Amino acid sequence: MDWGALHTILGGVNKHSTSIGKIWLTVLFIFRIMILVVAAERVWGDEQDDFVCNTLQPGCRNVCYDHFFPISHIRLWALQLIFVSTPALLVAMHVAYRRHEKKRQFRKGDQKCEYKDIEEIRKQRFRIEGSLWWTYTSSIFFRLIFEAVFMYAFYFMYDGFRMPRLMKCNAWPCPNTVDCFVSRPTEKTVFTIFMIAVSSICILLNVAELCYLLTKFFLRRSKKAGNSKQQPNHENKEETKQNEMNELISDSCQNTVIGFTS
Amino acid sequence: MSWAFLRDLLSGVNKYSTGIGRIWVAVVFMFRLLVYVAAAENIWKHEHDEFECNIKQPGCENVCFDHFFPVSHIRLWALQLIMVSTPSLLVVFHVAYRENREKHHNQKFYRNPGKIDGGLLCTYLISLILKTGLEIVFLVLFYKLYNGFKIPRLVKCDIKPCPNTVDCYISKPTEKMIFLYFLVATSCLCIILNLSELSYLIFKYSIKCYLKRHVKKQQ
Repeated sequence: MDWGALHTILGGVNKHSTSIGKIWLTVLFIFRIMILVVAAERVWGDEQDDFVCNTLQPGCRNVCYDHFFPISHIRLWALQLIFVSTPALLVAMHVAYRRHEKKRQFRKGDQKCEYKDIEEIRKQRFRIEGSLWWTYTSSIFFRLIFEAVFMYAFYFMYDGFRMPRLMKCNAWPCPNTVDCFVSRPTEKTVFTIFMIAVSSICILLNVAELCYLLTKFFLRRSKKAGNSKQQPNHENKEETKQNEMNELISDSCQNTVIGFTS
Repeated sequence: MSWAFLRDLLSGVNKYSTGIGRIWVAVVFMFRLLVYVAAAENIWKHEHDEFECNIKQPGCENVCFDHFFPVSHIRLWALQLIMVSTPSLLVVFHVAYRENREKHHNQKFYRNPGKIDGGLLCTYLISLILKTGLEIVFLVLFYKLYNGFKIPRLVKCDIKPCPNTVDCYISKPTEKMIFLYFLVATSCLCIILNLSELSYLIFKYSIKCYLKRHVKKQQ
């Protein structure tokens, strides 16, 4: 069980994402998770062993380390990545639910859906509209919130994004103000800035995706409103409603790759 | 043998679960298993080496560590994850038994062997009760063993061979406490999900039973 399992779970969601969503997922896996596992974990690996204080008093080092690093950078990043990936599960669950409903309709022998077999339902890619649009948009919104909260937590806990070389500590049982030296401060600063930069890029991608979805939604709405105005007056309301229903049903049952290019 | 085994087990269980059951599986994967493997394990990795006592007496540190940490938090956490995932196996076994029975007799006994009804419903409810019970047992164990969910920076120890009351310092107490609270929160969330699933299933099937009886009476 490791990040690979997360990759499998999120890979399934990838099929139903927009192109910006796919770019976001790639950035997440290559520039954040992979860098965390392959590089950052090694840099922070010896953080407590090589945290040295200028005193022989037993316990002083432990206490000072705990005071300056209530939660390690590496753990905070791991939590951030887990929380930021979780909203995508909402979309995965919604898609699974829709598939389940379609399979049930197919088994009942419904005439509306023109699937040849269950395999087609399993492979179908759903358009992001209707209730799926709301789920997808809320998942992006939650992602943004989690990213922002963690970035703020970082900034707040460590007084900025720099790792100092030297920290002065006078927590008990240190006998007086003692100099403590952090291991590899420059390397840690470089990686911290890198991770913050990639976080910001992910935030921008999420904002862009949100704007894109909202724009599409309003355009689609105005197109529908425009279409309904153009219809001749002698058609009664029921026929108009039936036409719209048929359109929606045939849209959702189509088995072609529509819309967003990969 | 590693956590991948548990992951595959839970994926198998997912097939026969209700919607709330699938949310439970997702919470266990993402917020418990993944957090354990990716973050928590490393915090407790060198807990014994980094446990320091203000004394040079050989053996004092060992004895004090053993006294304050009879079973390490991280081991209890791992045990909890394994125990809590295991009752779901009952459901998998029951479905396998049903499918085996159909194969053996070459007859269709069930409309769908994976559907939760009849005997499988009982098995599912028992597995939910067991899961909830085990979660509560482990939370109580954590609370009793460590006097609440706090991890102090300093503990005072006077067990032989320590010559007098000695100050011992625990490493990374704040970080450990944060993750402990995280563990407790996710455990409570899982308990709530299990209880809602239990009530949902009992409610759904009592209504079904009642309606069946009502229809029979009318006929």
